[in-house]
Amino acid sequence: MERERDTDTSRRGPDEVVLRVEDLHKRYGREEVLKGVSFEVRRGETKVIVGPSGTGKSTLLRCITRLTEPDRGRIWLGDVEVTGRGVDLNRVRASVGFVFQDFNLFTHLTALDNVRIGLLKVKKLPKDEATEIARKQLEHVGLAHKADAYPAELSGGQQQRVAIARALAMEPKLILFDEPTSALDPELTGEVLDVMVALAKEGMTMVVVSHEIGFARAAADELIFMEGGVIVEQGPPDQLFRQPKYPRTAEFLRKITALYGETG
Amino acid sequence: MFLQATLINLGLLAGLIILGLVVGIPIALLQVYGVRPLRWLASAWEGFFRGVPALVLLFLFFFGPAQFGVQLSAFTAAILALGFRSSGYQSQIFRGAIQSIPRGQMLAARSMGMSRLQAIRYVVLPQALRLAIPAWSNEFSSVIKDTTLAYAIGVNEVLRQVRYIADRYYELAMPAYLTVALIFLVLTYGGNWLLGRLERRWALPGFPMRGAEERIERGREIAAEAAR
Amino acid sequence: MDKIELGGLVFDPAWLPKLGQGLVVTLEITGLCIALGIVLGLILAVLRVYGRGPLYWLSSLYVQFFRGTPLLVQLLMVYYGLPSWGIVLSPFVSGVIALGLNTAAYQAEYFRGAIQSIPRGQMLAARSMGMTRAQAIRYVILPQALRLVIPPWSNELILMLKYSSIVYMVTVIDLMGAARTIAARTFRYFEVFILVALIYLALVFLLSWLLRRLEERVRVPGLGMERGAPH
Repeated sequence: MERERDTDTSRRGPDEVVLRVEDLHKRYGREEVLKGVSFEVRRGETKVIVGPSGTGKSTLLRCITRLTEPDRGRIWLGDVEVTGRGVDLNRVRASVGFVFQDFNLFTHLTALDNVRIGLLKVKKLPKDEATEIARKQLEHVGLAHKADAYPAELSGGQQQRVAIARALAMEPKLILFDEPTSALDPELTGEVLDVMVALAKEGMTMVVVSHEIGFARAAADELIFMEGGVIVEQGPPDQLFRQPKYPRTAEFLRKITALYGETG
Repeated sequence: MFLQATLINLGLLAGLIILGLVVGIPIALLQVYGVRPLRWLASAWEGFFRGVPALVLLFLFFFGPAQFGVQLSAFTAAILALGFRSSGYQSQIFRGAIQSIPRGQMLAARSMGMSRLQAIRYVVLPQALRLAIPAWSNEFSSVIKDTTLAYAIGVNEVLRQVRYIADRYYELAMPAYLTVALIFLVLTYGGNWLLGRLERRWALPGFPMRGAEERIERGREIAAEAAR
Repeated sequence: MDKIELGGLVFDPAWLPKLGQGLVVTLEITGLCIALGIVLGLILAVLRVYGRGPLYWLSSLYVQFFRGTPLLVQLLMVYYGLPSWGIVLSPFVSGVIALGLNTAAYQAEYFRGAIQSIPRGQMLAARSMGMTRAQAIRYVILPQALRLVIPPWSNELILMLKYSSIVYMVTVIDLMGAARTIAARTFRYFEVFILVALIYLALVFLLSWLLRRLEERVRVPGLGMERGAPH
């Protein structure tokens, strides 16, 4: 896909901070996977996190809504402190979409029911309304015709698009993508990335862990390079590709560009 | 006459299998999701009712309470003894099924804001119950035969009827027992056929209930690993 | 010795010798019926996999019959039914035969599953080097299948230990029979049967532990020995 990042900032809306992460730490046994990570995401921004495997990118995403409990550090979603006492985590999670590497669609539910279940059981919407929203979101990802299909009857790319529709239906303030295309065959990544690029353009706030350089260049406002549990460098993709501050960043970006190419 | 007495066996069957289900599912859930002391209690329950012979349980539940002034009817005692015993076996089946559901399902449910209970209720259990059907069918055909054990504490079930006949007409003993055997052949294989149909009706694409036993078995292995 | 009181329950050490004798009978019956079951079960399994015509369907009929009817019916048939055909067996022998015939049908299914899970190439390779079919079964298929079958077979053994308690219904004084006698005399049903329940539990745990050790001992690298029925 051609790079067509618009420099027009109007689509970002006001400079409201949607997510703030401060000095996040997490260890598994002896291994410290997050060693003090801090960053901010403003409304409408898309941030892409890259880095070698095992540097805590997925852990970071899961810590944001405390699906994994962080050891130390603070997290705010808007003005709600997620790490604060007595916070209603289920409410927090209902407002943050999460798209998994292996889709995790509910096996026993059709595409429509997968998208609808959160609306019915978490948001407690009436059935008609939930159905209408679910259909609209399936249409949004181009799968209205697959509403009655079970996950096993869908291709990987289709499953991931349903998963995105499932996240969208909850009208999240923010969507977290955990390597959304890495479990897909190369020929199926395109359809998922197209949906994600469109979302970014529509002004959705997104944090994406992915090695799809093409996507980063097309849609990311900022690229974050993580290694060894810390953020090494962050900035607009152009800047990181052209003049990175650290040789490690340059080396890593060169490597994944060779691996993943400029497709998208 | 046999058929009428068989109805008592079927009554026992219905009572004990429902009791086993109603107790077995919570026991399985406690073993998987419960806090430590509850998990131990649930495991102890399962271990006791699976490890003690049915006849010993029948005697415990029939004569035991009487000793403390609570007289249960033989029928009630049989349902309690065999039902709790079945809850031990059924909890093992459901535990295996629950543990064979990929963790990502729970994670995805929690990530959209479902509480743990909601995730269990709407995501894990509907899948686990489907997976459990084949193993549950085995349990069904095993308990339907075990209803005859209630004979030991004097429930007026089909074997007692046979005894009446055999005691009076010596030469009819064998034909009488063979008739009962035939009745049970019909009940077990008929029951399994019905459950097979149920299984197919509930089958969902990509939900391999054939081979589910291996998945449940794998779930049990995980459970065993975790317990170690 | 004095009676032991525990929270209102009374246990009498004088029960123990009787229970001990009963326990020995329980173990004898379990051991004998399992042995009978192995021999018969193996034959049935081989017939069901390799047999043709009447041999195949007779063995299948046997398995279906014994798996589809209650064990207690089978036991009463042997003890109370057979005499009407002129065959009179002692209670003990009736117990061993009924339990043995029953477990044979279940064991046959475990063996069959295991035999069928051995890759076809094994039989092919054995035949290609000139072994007869029987030799191939004896020296190549069964040694592998028997290892695979240990986990489900262990379950069966433990199940039979518990089910052996039904022989008291044909007047054998096994552990259950001894308990019944003591309880009827002392009216201490609850205490006696709790005690017996604990004895059975201890036996079950001991046996499971022994069988797990057996399984580890005969393990062969590369031959799947997952718990549960192989497929």
